[in-house]
Amino acid sequence: MAVVGRAVLVVALLTTLFGITAALYGARHGRRDWVDAGRRSVYALAVILTVAFALLEVAFIDNDFAFNTVANDSSLTTPLFYRAAAMWGSQEGSLLLWVWLLSLWSSLAVFLTRNRLREVVPYAVSVLLGFGAFFTSLLVFFATPFGTTTPAPTNGVGLDPLLRNPSMMIHPPMLYSGYTFFTIPFAFAVGALITRRVDAEWIQVARRFALASWLFLGVGILLGARWAYSEIGWGGYWGWDAVENAALMPWLISTAFLHSIMIQEKRGMLKIWNASLVLAASTLAILGTFLVRSGILSSIHAFGASTLGIPFVVLIAVMVIGSIYLVVSRRDVLRSEHRLDSLFSREAAFMLNNVLLVGLTFVIFWGTFFPLISEVATGTQSVVGTPWFDRYTVPLALMLVLLSGIGPVIPWRRATLAKARRNFALPLVAAAAMLIASFTVLPISSSVPTVALFCCVAFVFASVGQEFWRGWRARRATSGDSPPRALISMVRRNRRRYGGYIVHVGLAVLFVGVAASSTFSRTQFVNLQKGQSTVVGGYKMTNVRPTAAIVTDPTSTGALLTLGVIMRVTHDGRYVTTLHPVAQYYDDETGGEGPVGSLIGGDSVSTLSLHSSFRRDISAAIDAPDIQSELQGEINHANTLVLDERSEGAVAQTKLSYYLLAAIAGGYVRHPPAAPLKLASSPLVMWLWLGALVVFAGGLIAIWPTAGVSGRVRARYLARVAHELGRA
Amino acid sequence: MNPGRKRQVRLVVSLTLAVLLAGGLIYTSFSAADEALTPTQLLARAKTDLSYQLTGTVVKGSVRRLPGGVLDFSLADRAGGGRAVPVIYTGAVPDPFRVGRELIVTVSKRGRDFVAAPGSMITKCPSKYSPAPSTKST
Amino acid sequence: MTVVLGILAITVLLVFIIWFVSGPLRHPASAAPTQNSQQRALEAARDAKYAEIRDTELDYRTGKLSEEDFRTLDRQLRAEAVEILRSLDKLR
Repeated sequence: MAVVGRAVLVVALLTTLFGITAALYGARHGRRDWVDAGRRSVYALAVILTVAFALLEVAFIDNDFAFNTVANDSSLTTPLFYRAAAMWGSQEGSLLLWVWLLSLWSSLAVFLTRNRLREVVPYAVSVLLGFGAFFTSLLVFFATPFGTTTPAPTNGVGLDPLLRNPSMMIHPPMLYSGYTFFTIPFAFAVGALITRRVDAEWIQVARRFALASWLFLGVGILLGARWAYSEIGWGGYWGWDAVENAALMPWLISTAFLHSIMIQEKRGMLKIWNASLVLAASTLAILGTFLVRSGILSSIHAFGASTLGIPFVVLIAVMVIGSIYLVVSRRDVLRSEHRLDSLFSREAAFMLNNVLLVGLTFVIFWGTFFPLISEVATGTQSVVGTPWFDRYTVPLALMLVLLSGIGPVIPWRRATLAKARRNFALPLVAAAAMLIASFTVLPISSSVPTVALFCCVAFVFASVGQEFWRGWRARRATSGDSPPRALISMVRRNRRRYGGYIVHVGLAVLFVGVAASSTFSRTQFVNLQKGQSTVVGGYKMTNVRPTAAIVTDPTSTGALLTLGVIMRVTHDGRYVTTLHPVAQYYDDETGGEGPVGSLIGGDSVSTLSLHSSFRRDISAAIDAPDIQSELQGEINHANTLVLDERSEGAVAQTKLSYYLLAAIAGGYVRHPPAAPLKLASSPLVMWLWLGALVVFAGGLIAIWPTAGVSGRVRARYLARVAHELGRA
Repeated sequence: MNPGRKRQVRLVVSLTLAVLLAGGLIYTSFSAADEALTPTQLLARAKTDLSYQLTGTVVKGSVRRLPGGVLDFSLADRAGGGRAVPVIYTGAVPDPFRVGRELIVTVSKRGRDFVAAPGSMITKCPSKYSPAPSTKST
Repeated sequence: MTVVLGILAITVLLVFIIWFVSGPLRHPASAAPTQNSQQRALEAARDAKYAEIRDTELDYRTGKLSEEDFRTLDRQLRAEAVEILRSLDKLR
């Protein structure tokens, strides 16, 4: 089966090479049939890689340990759900996931453009297949997922318990979908530049694909943040970790692009800028893919050094040099048609938005790569920490939030002072009201950035609310629809505009959550005996009693021993919630710690027990007690007992091991040690997740295809325009 | 001033501003950064009260949990050999923390002790993407 | 036995891929008629211009543009739309 897998990958590589040749040949000689063969190669690639993906998945699900990846990332005791996800826990498997998703999204892009951009598509297809060829060659020559060992081991090493979280199933595929989707606007930008067709049609297509990439990557980042939040030692939902930053940078650049492309659409300006943004965003996405697996920067994700560094560096260099060459050599087509009319206009606001976003990206880039930069500059690596990042990103983020409230209310070309006074009145009043509230009603006056943010958020809410209200009123006046219908039809007919407004609101809500939880969280590290309690952020948390479970894992991750504590939380005497943090212990899959010790000698995982409400998150986690040292005596004794019974056979030994493990667990419950706990009370964390959901909902609304200007409306315009024609 | 000239001025002003801000950013990054050192380098070069980023492997037998949520352990060079650095740590201990694992922690020298910045411990996941043997025996 | 099955599977896959990808080369007539790229560009520009006209009207109705500014801008945009329609007509 492994040989079949390797052969399938070789077929995939050959298909990409054929497709590139066919598409380019068809483009150069105007042969439509060759171009179509190239397009079909993309579909074929998707089919072939699906076969390869399925082969590897089946090997994981069937526990075929002859496969090296299965032996390294899965085991007999890894539950089915996590066996399936373990496929992308390894370098090779994750590369296969990456290129499979690339082929799927490329097929979608080729399908959606089957009747458009005729001249551009052949080159776009070649670029997409070029990426496919690169990643498939990595899989064929450098990091095959179908490597085998004979004789096959009887068991594997198991999926790292830290990865046994439902997020493992969805975060990598979503994040990779985001990264791979970025190759599509890149491919079409390259094609458009080569054929010098940077026109309205390209803008339509490029914007759609950029928005889809933005959506996918955003969801991937959010899922990662949510996962990090629930694990100990992952720096909360955002730690300015190298890998986190690597995913954020392309997202920020594509946000800039989504705004500035509107200027190009309306005024024919910023063509060079927009082309550069698209190319940069995609290059950053590939850079992000590279960073995760290269080990050149220390990271919580630290997947270790790999042999793939050089090919990736070459690819990124090719992308950068190629992009610069194309933009410079095509600058005649990218000349601006108009100039900025006024600094007080939506164009200017969008340009400022771009400057801020690019500035933010630069700060993050600099901080992320600083270890390498400082090594070149001073000879030793140095790291900048969270305070440095916060110092520069917080003011930039504040300005961006404020700008997101200004943009909707300012017209294109030129704003008049009189109109501005009318339009900004309500938002300014809202901001002022929030300022007063911050010092009277809300408990946030101790933090200037938080107060500033809350005022900006109030501004955004008021300005977007005003826009919705006025638009709805106008729609009712012109169409006579009932109130709810008017609202729906208003949004439906102007999806981009109102979708965008919803994104801004969601972003504001998200930042409220970020500001509140990062400024006003209270955390305590404390050892609590049974019956003891402590107060965190006004909430009294009591260690009620210990719990233990063996063999059956309440969280379904395959842990053989789960020790926990029941915590009771009250506030002002009233019961709030019960938390149940646990520490889980896994088989070390080697037997090295003795028959009983090995059952729990593997990595241990401690997961947050969380109570979320609109107003705050209360959490408790056990700082996983070192079972080996605490219970070493009991474990050694149990090991000896089992080994003494060797004559009884393996099954009896296993039964005895479990029996003794149960005894150890029972001992823990009867005489529990003081539980080392991390207790936290964080306000408004829920707002972060809700805000993100609103952002994505807005993005979906914006991307949803409009049926086009309806026939009736088009006829009306045609009539009016014909009237002008008659006059002219 | 005609519009063309106004635009030129605008461009020059904004570019100058950008360069100044970038310059400020770059300058502060060098002064705000912590040097990344191995235990051997740290023992040789550490100055009191400056903070450093220490990367090392947890030495067997050196881990002690003290009352009040304090963790006491020593880090040695990954390659082995050299002297170990004793670290006093408070804050969240990531799950992968074990004897023999590599981790990163921000420390500063106080007198003769190395005190870690609370919560600054980063453990490296047992290497999955590396061709080198992982800490788990297969 | 599995070796034979494996070889068979690969061969089937290969044949299918070759047949599928070479389809357009074997039946060139089935390729769609080439559309004038200039026409497509103009049609896209026309649609964008219509959207801009509607957007401007919405901007006016939500109070961002004064009536005078709106009338001027609307007239200008419609004139630009007329230009595009004229160019399209010339092509047909």
